[in-house]
Amino acid sequence: MSDTLPKVPDTASAPPSAGDGPARPSPLARALAHPLLWPVLALVVLLAVNVAAQPGFLEVRLQDGHLFGSVIDILRNSAPIMLVATGMTLVIATRGIDLSVGAIAAIAGAIACTQIVGAADQGAASVAIIASTTAVAACVLLGLWNGFLVAVLGIQPIIATLVLMVAGRGLAMLVTDGQITTVNNDTFSDLASGFVLTLPIALIIALVVFGLTAVLTRRTALGMLIEAVGINPEASRLAGVRSRTIIWTVYVFAGFCAGVAGLIIAANTSSVNANSLGLWIELDAILAVVIGGTSLAGGRFSLAGTLVGAVFIATLARTIPTIGIPSEANYLFKAVVVVLVCLLQSPKARAAIGSLLTARHSKGATS
Amino acid sequence: MVKKTLVALSAIALGAGTLSACGGGDSASGSDDGAITMGFAQVGAESGWRTANSASIQDTAEAEGIELKFSDAQQKQENQIKAIRSYIQQDVDIISFSPVVETGWDAVLQEAKRAGIPVILTDRAVDTDDESLYVTFLGSDFVAEGEKAGQWLVDNAADSDVDGDGDVNVVELQGTTGAAPAIDRKEGFESVISSDPSISISASQTGDFTRDGGKQVMEAFLQSEEGIDVVYAHNDDMGLGAIEAIEAAGLVPGEDIKIITVDAVRDGMAALAEGKINFIVECNPLLGPQLMELAQQVLDGEEVPRRVVTEETTFTQEQAAEVLESREY
Repeated sequence: MSDTLPKVPDTASAPPSAGDGPARPSPLARALAHPLLWPVLALVVLLAVNVAAQPGFLEVRLQDGHLFGSVIDILRNSAPIMLVATGMTLVIATRGIDLSVGAIAAIAGAIACTQIVGAADQGAASVAIIASTTAVAACVLLGLWNGFLVAVLGIQPIIATLVLMVAGRGLAMLVTDGQITTVNNDTFSDLASGFVLTLPIALIIALVVFGLTAVLTRRTALGMLIEAVGINPEASRLAGVRSRTIIWTVYVFAGFCAGVAGLIIAANTSSVNANSLGLWIELDAILAVVIGGTSLAGGRFSLAGTLVGAVFIATLARTIPTIGIPSEANYLFKAVVVVLVCLLQSPKARAAIGSLLTARHSKGATS
Repeated sequence: MVKKTLVALSAIALGAGTLSACGGGDSASGSDDGAITMGFAQVGAESGWRTANSASIQDTAEAEGIELKFSDAQQKQENQIKAIRSYIQQDVDIISFSPVVETGWDAVLQEAKRAGIPVILTDRAVDTDDESLYVTFLGSDFVAEGEKAGQWLVDNAADSDVDGDGDVNVVELQGTTGAAPAIDRKEGFESVISSDPSISISASQTGDFTRDGGKQVMEAFLQSEEGIDVVYAHNDDMGLGAIEAIEAAGLVPGEDIKIITVDAVRDGMAALAEGKINFIVECNPLLGPQLMELAQQVLDGEEVPRRVVTEETTFTQEQAAEVLESREY
């Protein structure tokens, strides 16, 4: 235990001689203890790997009046995950989970595309707006259904949302007749491919939803109430929190987010394929939330962490073709990276690695 | 209503089938009432090609009075295996399926063999040592498709060297990893272009046969690869996704970057006619009539060839413009 002695000054919050009121942790120590440190670090490392493989990776230039480059692609492609993960964060904070978001996204794309194709004037902006609004409204209804199952009937969230995860894709197939529906509407395709003020519209939509969520949960009591419900729904109900309404609301919100994400994914290729649209996005979203440091056990949640997690997953998807991982090894590569990030985030794993390193170090010094 | 009745009927048939199996009754295939019952396990609806394929099979079955049990595996082998097992349980007369991937079918096909149900493979082959596990394989020759795509590039190598540096730099958008068309189209293409040292594949990545996949991979290639001359996509949908990525990068698909795809579905043919794609190798999805005919022959005890190849052609931009109007799928 001789190596514990020299460690003490490092881990102590501040030198006692500082004398400025109560001892405050030094800025470095606070940064090191910040929950966002590890996800951000992982993202930076991943970006560095890309830059090593392709030196111009971070370059962004103006092209046809908008920004263009790998980073812009990543941010644009991360918009659907960002949206879904924002909704998922709140659901997970209430100790729930929503597996149906991918299917809901597929339904949104299916409804919007079939409506646009069926319209008299397929290319009109109003058609795209009406179709998109209808699609999102339908998704809100599906969210209501999920919330009803969980909050009112008290069904386990994983089972309740599994219903729609399986049935939802069937619904989307029914809407599209099992066909890939291709639309020809500039307004609709702008949702994913368009730019405003040189920035991708998809990213702006995702950030607006994210920003509103952050303001609503952090500037009002809503966030605290959600956390209270997640920590102990019964106790918070007894304390006067409307647990049921709050749980119901977060599922509706998750449905809304998934719907908007579905529209963006469909708009990205101006087509909807009910089988593949948003497939496994629920898992990506859950992963983004977990990488961001929100516990699946409910309670405290970090929206900023989720944002970093979503960008991390989109960057990971981009890394594979950029550094040229063979197709056969795609999943293995992803799995290894995710495991590494999770290890980084686990204090226990970090401590084990740390003590392993110091043990080796002190051994080398004494011998 | 009709559908509901059918479902109810099949449920009753399923119950009866299980009962007779318990009693040890070994009903010979096709002997019960004359009408053929076929179980078909489809891959999914990942592309326009696949939906045309499904429609052809369903329509032909209906026209010929064959009772079709159709399932969609959503790209997952385990779903397909489950579907085939359920067909064996239901004691259908004949099973047909398009395997999602090439390997891992021996166990379930053994079960079908033991139950005395003949199996016809369509569109994609399986990799097995035991040839007796299926009767015949009806489908395209994917290696030949890859070769046709490669041959066009070799013949048009001079035109395809868009940046004029003497090398034709190809990026490849592969299909689903492990799927027969992805493996064979890659192999056929590579074997032909190897005859021309100026042509080389600089990057290759799976786009999962989907537009979104093709678009995202192409976006990455446009950034990470220098001087791309040609995109070779294993299906039209990935090619269509690549077109969007190329346009977003401010380049003109078909001119600044040549595009070769396989399939010839309507959306792909439209892009070919517009000049956004340069060459499409056809992969005919309308297997329904040939499949039903084979099924009838197999159940009648006739000899069928082990391998039946579908008739296919290729399309240039001019040919596409001519046939676009009459394209069924």
